[in-house]
Amino acid sequence: MFRLLDMVPSILMMVAPILIAAMGGLVSERSGIVNIALEGLMGIGAFTAATVHTILEPSTSMSVWIALGSAALAGLLISSIHAFASVNLNADQVISGTGINLLATGGTVFLSQIIFHQERTEPFMLGMMPGPGGIYPTAYIALAVLVLIWYLLYRRPWGFRLRACGEHPQAAASAGIDVRRTRWIAVLISGALAGLAGACLVVTETIQYTMYTINGAGFIALAAVSFGRWTPKGVGGASLLFGSAVALSIYMVNINVLRDLPPEFFSVLPYVITLVTLVVFSGKDYAPAAAGQPYEKSGS
Amino acid sequence: MSETRLPSSKRSGRAALDAFIGSNGALSVLVVILGFVCGTLIVLSVGRKPSGMYLALLQTLTGYNATSAVWNSRYVGEWLTASMPLILTGMSMGFAARTGLFNIGAEGQYIIGLTAAQFVALYFPAIPGLHWSLALAAAALAAAFWGGLVGWLRARFAVSEVVATIMLNYIAFFLSRYLTRLIPDANTYRTPSFPETALIPRSFLDPLTNHSRLSVGIFIVLFCVLLYWLILERTKLGFELRATGLNRNAASYAGISVDRSLTISMAISGAFAGIAGAIVALGSFNYGRVLGGYDNYGFNGIAVALVGNSRAGGTLVSGLLFGMLASAQPLMQSRQIPKEITWIISGLVVIFVSLRAGFRMLIEWRAKVAAARGQTDSEARDV
Amino acid sequence: MAATTDKQDTRSVSDGSEWAVEMLGIRKVFPGIVANDDVTLRVRRREIHAILGENGAGKSTLMSVLFGLYAPDAGKILVDGKEARIRGPNDARALGIGMVHQHFKLVRPYTVSENIILGMEPRNFLGEVDFRGAERRIAELSDRYGLAVDPKAKVESIGVGMQQRAEILKILYRDADVLIFDEPTAVLTPQEIDELMAILKRLQAEGKTVILITHKLREIKEAAERCTVLRRGRLVGTVDVASTDESALAEMMVGRAVDFNIRKKSPTLGDVVLSIRDLDVRGSRGQLSVKGLSLDVRSGEILGIAGVDGNGQTELIEAVTGLRRVEKGSISMDGRDITRVSTRERAGAGIGHVPEDRQRHGLVLDFRLDENLALRTYDRPPLLRRRFFLDFEAMAERARSLIAEYDIRAAKGPATKARSMSGGNQQKAIIAREIDISPRLLVIAQPTRGLDVGAIENIHKRIIAERDKGRAVLLVSYELDEVLALCDRIAAISKGEIVGIVEAKGVDERLIGAMMAGKARGAEMGMRKGAG
Repeated sequence: MFRLLDMVPSILMMVAPILIAAMGGLVSERSGIVNIALEGLMGIGAFTAATVHTILEPSTSMSVWIALGSAALAGLLISSIHAFASVNLNADQVISGTGINLLATGGTVFLSQIIFHQERTEPFMLGMMPGPGGIYPTAYIALAVLVLIWYLLYRRPWGFRLRACGEHPQAAASAGIDVRRTRWIAVLISGALAGLAGACLVVTETIQYTMYTINGAGFIALAAVSFGRWTPKGVGGASLLFGSAVALSIYMVNINVLRDLPPEFFSVLPYVITLVTLVVFSGKDYAPAAAGQPYEKSGS
Repeated sequence: MSETRLPSSKRSGRAALDAFIGSNGALSVLVVILGFVCGTLIVLSVGRKPSGMYLALLQTLTGYNATSAVWNSRYVGEWLTASMPLILTGMSMGFAARTGLFNIGAEGQYIIGLTAAQFVALYFPAIPGLHWSLALAAAALAAAFWGGLVGWLRARFAVSEVVATIMLNYIAFFLSRYLTRLIPDANTYRTPSFPETALIPRSFLDPLTNHSRLSVGIFIVLFCVLLYWLILERTKLGFELRATGLNRNAASYAGISVDRSLTISMAISGAFAGIAGAIVALGSFNYGRVLGGYDNYGFNGIAVALVGNSRAGGTLVSGLLFGMLASAQPLMQSRQIPKEITWIISGLVVIFVSLRAGFRMLIEWRAKVAAARGQTDSEARDV
Repeated sequence: MAATTDKQDTRSVSDGSEWAVEMLGIRKVFPGIVANDDVTLRVRRREIHAILGENGAGKSTLMSVLFGLYAPDAGKILVDGKEARIRGPNDARALGIGMVHQHFKLVRPYTVSENIILGMEPRNFLGEVDFRGAERRIAELSDRYGLAVDPKAKVESIGVGMQQRAEILKILYRDADVLIFDEPTAVLTPQEIDELMAILKRLQAEGKTVILITHKLREIKEAAERCTVLRRGRLVGTVDVASTDESALAEMMVGRAVDFNIRKKSPTLGDVVLSIRDLDVRGSRGQLSVKGLSLDVRSGEILGIAGVDGNGQTELIEAVTGLRRVEKGSISMDGRDITRVSTRERAGAGIGHVPEDRQRHGLVLDFRLDENLALRTYDRPPLLRRRFFLDFEAMAERARSLIAEYDIRAAKGPATKARSMSGGNQQKAIIAREIDISPRLLVIAQPTRGLDVGAIENIHKRIIAERDKGRAVLLVSYELDEVLALCDRIAAISKGEIVGIVEAKGVDERLIGAMMAGKARGAEMGMRKGAG
């Protein structure tokens, strides 16, 4: 029992990036744009954070926080490609998102080669330092993001209108809402959050960025959005579940009973759980009605 | 029968424009050119010489090294070798796309096929000819199952094939590692060597391509391309799959079983990727691999299919194009161009292709306009 | 009776107080089509003004221009005598113009009050949305105009009548003075239509101006004072409704004398072809859409299902054609139980189906015409060769003969992409395909939706011809007029149950309306064996 309690900080460390990215995916999908590029955007965030932190580490103690900020900015900038393609040009959102994923993987390693002359970033000395109880600040950041998104979506007029855009954009338009602008902002937010999530991941879980750093976390975040039924609370719970699975897969070797199982069993666990939950809880009816469909202005 | 009233010159001009915009071939060419232009700009912006990139590509395609003025046909062979799995994974995604499915699980289906081929190579009796053929067949079957599983999940539980295939990619990877390591005398990265009969024949091609890794697989690939075209464009099954892909509702209203179509399509789609895995496993290696990373043919197949617009001929050409990009990578590195530029170009191409929807909207709009024109001109008669 | 028309006059009568809205010389062109050609419309303050025209005449476009969804290519708009630049719905709203759309623009998971305040939300001191305050204001508005709604109810759970009232409240909430209604009665039962007419009069009494877009002559006679008639984008004239009768209006609308009476012989009835007993069918949201429904259709008759959309007709048709599982009960064709049989086998047994939504369910728009015509027959010889391969020549050949027989207009013949065909021709193609498989039973839903009068006449003639050949026809239509004109027997459906079946000849329309609303029960006719 007490072993499990020991694992809490590790679980929270794994959950935080997934939750932050999932919140971004939530905002985007509630506005009507499916953002498959969370994985790639997390990669861009992780790369940016690792690079910035490595470079600034000797000079300032704030370098981790600057790195997080730059990562969010990078994610925001790159997601504008997806926003433009999906919102202004009515592109197929899944294809455009997949393109960004490919671009991100190639682009980050490409830049690593240019900057560090190797296919990964130079490792930094110290990442983010854990706080009291061994819990990383990223956990608090994730919680703050959760509460903030909930508040924005359900209490502020902006969120109220955004949700309408995702359900019935024509209704929102006829109410005088600028659907395009709302969706643009939603995608940019999801990009910033995904970038931030990637940054949180790299400064807490590892020492550098490689092609394998994100390794599906972005897609797990995407699955958390649908498993969580597109509500902040649900997505929070789903992220907790999936993050725990990832944590379990790494720390299971410490639990005697399970030590004899092959390592692949633990590695594959989060993906299997994700798949199984998707199947068992296939909740297509809960998706925002207009998510994924290009919005075309039309007459009456 | 024609109801337009424009003068014939204007009509043919407009028709040509429509044909160009509608011609997916032309759009694909445009998109690829755009990708290269952007790639060139990126290389310039980081202070490297784009000429290095193009020289590497030239050498890949023709075997001619412009710097040292030496011909070596091995590069051409390597180009074709690199293209083979890409054409197949491109067809994998393309086949599913024609049925309306977004199958990005080719990577996992490839791995399953590869693993199955390795097992047959090691455990099946060493009968010449039959050994490797059966390995190929086993690969296709195993991967067909892996793909069909997704189709079934989609049909039965409405699970998005996008997320399901991604999860199955990772699951396939770890499953492959686990199973392959179970083989006696396998260590952490390889198995014992295959018997000669398990390898895809290549020796008779050696003189042609200066001992590159090009094998009989190229003929298998061409046969698959033919099969792809035949099934989709000429058979009853293909008709059903295309109808399902274009309008699932109308297809089901006409009596076509959409569930069955989706599952069969994913199975065939998986089979193509599985054959790719087998060709790589038994054509480029003579021992089984415990995968340490992804070969990425599956992921790059996405770009291949999109540029090839999911048509047989287009996918073939597109696969050759991306094969060129892939096999040029070491040549690029040696000319100081980071090899990932090829991935960046791939990613850009995919994004540009996604904009095709914008063009398609334009075409539809013009078609609607033409219909409306017909209606207003002859409303009384058009009854 | 002759019509008195105001001749087109593009000079503005600048006595600003008389006209609420003036649209002068409006021209709107889309590529290849002139939707509005020099149209002038004047609406008096506090009048109910109808805009009449058939599908495609340009009425919706004209009102979209007024509402700011389109910018006119030429012409002026004056509101209250002052020239107005309307660049978007926000401008229109600021001028007091609001539109109740034909297809409601309501966010289904939101409540009625949330929908009404969307875009103009009341805020509290923190800047948050004041949901409670909204509900109070809606209740006030609702009382004032007599528009009964439940502010807390979610739109997805309320009926069409309340949805429409919510739409009206949406624009009243924004202080609209001019209310435009786009085909408001398409989705209402006769009783709800009466209620709407009363609402319109109440709005008028409260000082509002009402513009009514419609193609229903009877409603114009009931509610409107003046009527502007459009045909093919042009203004035909503006008439005083009281002094113009329906046939004059119809003639203005279509351009020739229209005989809306469909002439048909008495039916020659044969055996029972389709027999439905105690049918229970569950809809997509889990609710029971069809309850204990029983029905017989004989060869040589047209049985019509009269009812407003959403009362189970769709699920009934899906059950009959094999597209939806049956929970309880049975369906038989010619005595054979087909309740669990696949759609394809049912086609083999003789059921043809012309679906309600021709573009979504009837055609693969990106297929060619011959491929679409082959959708039912591709899996058998002669179109299927050697078990696996398709004979495209045979496909084109069959298409050519169907095109000739049914007079389908397609620019490139069998090779025409279905997408580029007109609505009427698309419908003809679907009908051709379904009749071509020689069905014993033709199931047709909404056969003339969105079509012009000429196409409507053509299709009605075809349906009657098939009935005269001895086919059984099951017709579902949301247009009561169509049901009354075409059918031999009429079954009224309400909330998934057949409320009554009556002979069409000499039936009282009010009775059917009452049955559709579930307020009366009719005799169950023609159900017992041997009767008819």
